Amino acid sequence: MGKEKLSFKELDDSSGPKTTLWWFFLLAACIKVLLFPSYRSTDFEVHRNWLALTHSLPLSQWYFDETSPWTLDYPPFFAYFEHFLSIFAHLVDPKIVHLQEGLNYSSNTVVYFQRFTVILSDLCLLYGVYRITRKLDSRKQKLIWSLVIWSPMLLIVDHVHFQYNGFLIGILLISLSYLEEGRDLLGGFVFAVLLCFKHLFAVAAPVYFIYLLRHYLVFASAFGPFFHLGQIQQVIQRLFPFGRGLCHAYWAPNFWVFYIMSDKGLAFILRKLGFNIQTPAASFTAGLVGDSSPFSVLPRITPSVTFIMVLLALSPCLFKAWKNPQPQKITRWISYAYTCGFLFGWHVHEKASLHFVIPLAFVAAQTPEDAKHYFLLSIVSCYSLFPLLFEAQEYPIKILLLLLHSILMWSGFSAQFYDSAETGVSTAHTKKKAGQFESKGSLSADVRNNGFVIGLIEKIYLVGLVVVEIWGQVLHPLLLGDKLAFLPLMLISVYCALGIMYSWIWQLRSIVKSH
Amino acid sequence: MKNKTKKNTTTTTTYDNANSNNPWSTLINKGTTLTTFTTIALFVFLIRFLVSLYPYSGFNTPPKFGDFEAQRHWMEITINLPVRDWYKNGTFNDLSYWGLDYPPLTAYQSWVHGVFLRFFHPESVELFDSRGHESYLGKQLMRWTVISSDALIFFPAVLYFIIVHYNQTSRSRKTDLALHITMLLLNPCLILIDHGHFQYNCISLGFTVAAVAAILSEKDLVGSVFYCLALNHKQMSAYFAPAFFSHLFGKCLRRKHPLLEVTKLGLVVLGTFAAVWWPYLYSTQSFLEILSRLAPFERGIFEDYVANFWCATSIIIKWKRLFATGPLKLLSFSATIISCFPSMVQQIKSPSNKGFLYALLNCSLAFYLFSFQGWYYFLPSKSAS
Repeated sequence: MGKEKLSFKELDDSSGPKTTLWWFFLLAACIKVLLFPSYRSTDFEVHRNWLALTHSLPLSQWYFDETSPWTLDYPPFFAYFEHFLSIFAHLVDPKIVHLQEGLNYSSNTVVYFQRFTVILSDLCLLYGVYRITRKLDSRKQKLIWSLVIWSPMLLIVDHVHFQYNGFLIGILLISLSYLEEGRDLLGGFVFAVLLCFKHLFAVAAPVYFIYLLRHYLVFASAFGPFFHLGQIQQVIQRLFPFGRGLCHAYWAPNFWVFYIMSDKGLAFILRKLGFNIQTPAASFTAGLVGDSSPFSVLPRITPSVTFIMVLLALSPCLFKAWKNPQPQKITRWISYAYTCGFLFGWHVHEKASLHFVIPLAFVAAQTPEDAKHYFLLSIVSCYSLFPLLFEAQEYPIKILLLLLHSILMWSGFSAQFYDSAETGVSTAHTKKKAGQFESKGSLSADVRNNGFVIGLIEKIYLVGLVVVEIWGQVLHPLLLGDKLAFLPLMLISVYCALGIMYSWIWQLRSIVKSH
Repeated sequence: MKNKTKKNTTTTTTYDNANSNNPWSTLINKGTTLTTFTTIALFVFLIRFLVSLYPYSGFNTPPKFGDFEAQRHWMEITINLPVRDWYKNGTFNDLSYWGLDYPPLTAYQSWVHGVFLRFFHPESVELFDSRGHESYLGKQLMRWTVISSDALIFFPAVLYFIIVHYNQTSRSRKTDLALHITMLLLNPCLILIDHGHFQYNCISLGFTVAAVAAILSEKDLVGSVFYCLALNHKQMSAYFAPAFFSHLFGKCLRRKHPLLEVTKLGLVVLGTFAAVWWPYLYSTQSFLEILSRLAPFERGIFEDYVANFWCATSIIIKWKRLFATGPLKLLSFSATIISCFPSMVQQIKSPSNKGFLYALLNCSLAFYLFSFQGWYYFLPSKSAS
């Protein structure tokens, strides 16, 4: 926040956008390095185990090894990627890649090495961002860069919690940039590569499939060795965890939250009315235990139901893509596809919201309405990630990250849509500007009316977020103590689900209405 | 100074330029000083919290640990013993284990923070038993005490300084203002020492900055009070003393009744000191006892790693072998005075705001480079010129 002011003045005059982009990356990298000693989730050990596994075992055993509970459950390209990293890990500290001795290894070498690989792999994101924005004007570029490269969500998930989303989303952005340029074959190819890194991106495949039909060749080459070894079934089983529950441990703020809530509510009311309702033995998070349903009243949800729901939600978008496949719409459609997958999918992680929030940043700078929608969505989905970092140490960090992100967004969007609002206003107004900019006078009020406006309902909703947070952090422990300990988390889920549902409806409307 | 028309044209062009390229022009140009300051402060707080994640000095290194343990030990002593015993060796207070050797204001601050720690985590400040205490919660709470001191003293002081400074100079470019705030708040030395290494320099430096701001806005008495508080928090603030003294003295000489003005200043200084030292003024002995604890003359002329003059030249001239400690003290003292001298004379002859800022810079550098036992130094007002 402070630094870019310092660099802008000199950089704008003397050097091109590439240098500025490097400054953005460097500032982000500084923050990421400072995050090295922060909390890390079990995902850190998962990736360490994959390093060890791909380094120590022959390819034929990668998907069979069960030394650690964190078995390899990403597609082959990611396994190759880990294998590549493990070469360097071995040079840094051989213990990192030792299958048995390395278990839960947590010395500085392994932490610094793995955290560093995430920063380095973000170069892929940097390239993707650069490719997709290189035709835009300088101010729009900087606005988008600040939203993506300094995204608090990526910092929280990749650089604190530990994952490689920045790198994977980078590949998605490269694919999207090719599609926008009309180079369909390359775009499809890169997307297929992405699926071979992380299959969870497959939700957008129907949109791609409708948009172009030529990418299955790559699939064959990635999975080839495993076909050859006759292991394809094992690979598929690892990749698609239908054995797990409908929801993740912490409920991602999606449609199923409402479904579970109404089930509980109905059961409660019916019990009051004298019906004999059994409390279900299975939970939604632990998976399908035998044949019992985790729901007491409403029908049980199976993976195929979620699959059909996602396809149904996608269908208007597929129809549009079929009728008129416009390159400039593709980013919007892909984001919408991920939103549907997030809302109706099976065993969705809260982190999956990254898959549509990041691509939507490239749409956000187009019209004030897009900006308004993005402002709300970005805050809500970032907030929904807060329960990931539950330790006291990171609390101020996540709050400050979100606050700074909101200020950047607000200020960036206001400036972006200031000019478009101003074109209609007479030149007399412009002259007044010079004298007025010192104070926050009537000028800014005018800007708000024409440009980037946050409506009353949105404002109330955002204030509600603050209330939910204060309830969870202060009031709940104070008033209820240890009773109903699940309530704060559930509140966050439900409240954020409202916001994401709104975003889904908004996106659906804008897609249906567009020509 | 630039003339008025020229100033107007520059501001307009800057604004337009910034608006066309910079997505944050709204933030910089339309916000008030306060909104700009708040935004930068949020970012700077983020950096402080991030640095706080790292281990502090002396982490996991018994038996004496480091500055973190020293500060924690002071909290333990101050909340468990009566005020008069804080600086005294006794059965409950072993001065050889991180005995208090900072002026009373630091002791009071330790008491306040000690009470805070006792409320949330009593084990971390229990008498004797908490020696070498290290825990997750303990570290968090200690880090919070530094960050809150920063927020309550250093940040408001910087804001005060910025407001005073920009009311006076003819420059009103908002980008400059933002840059200036960032430079002051994002000073890496201060962040590393306070939030990484673990100290409370933000308090004494905050008071010093407030004193400078008050003096720049012609409130000399208020400025003196602030500077006395800084001195009473950390003796290192004396680095700035020649500059404050000569500037204030020079100003008094230019007033209508020089003697009255000097007396007024003197009384304010004495009053502030008396208020801070009040619990120890019951006997001369107790007062002198503390005073001897504050001066670290028993240490050598330089720590082996401090980048000052004596350390740097010791590669060629072996100071420690050539001179005994006595003459060395005299040598370093005279070198310090001589290098401060030009600024002092200039300020007494013709005191000016700009000259005052340069004098602060010169004197702190002189002390850092030449004084006996030079330590770290900070130049809070370096970017003012």
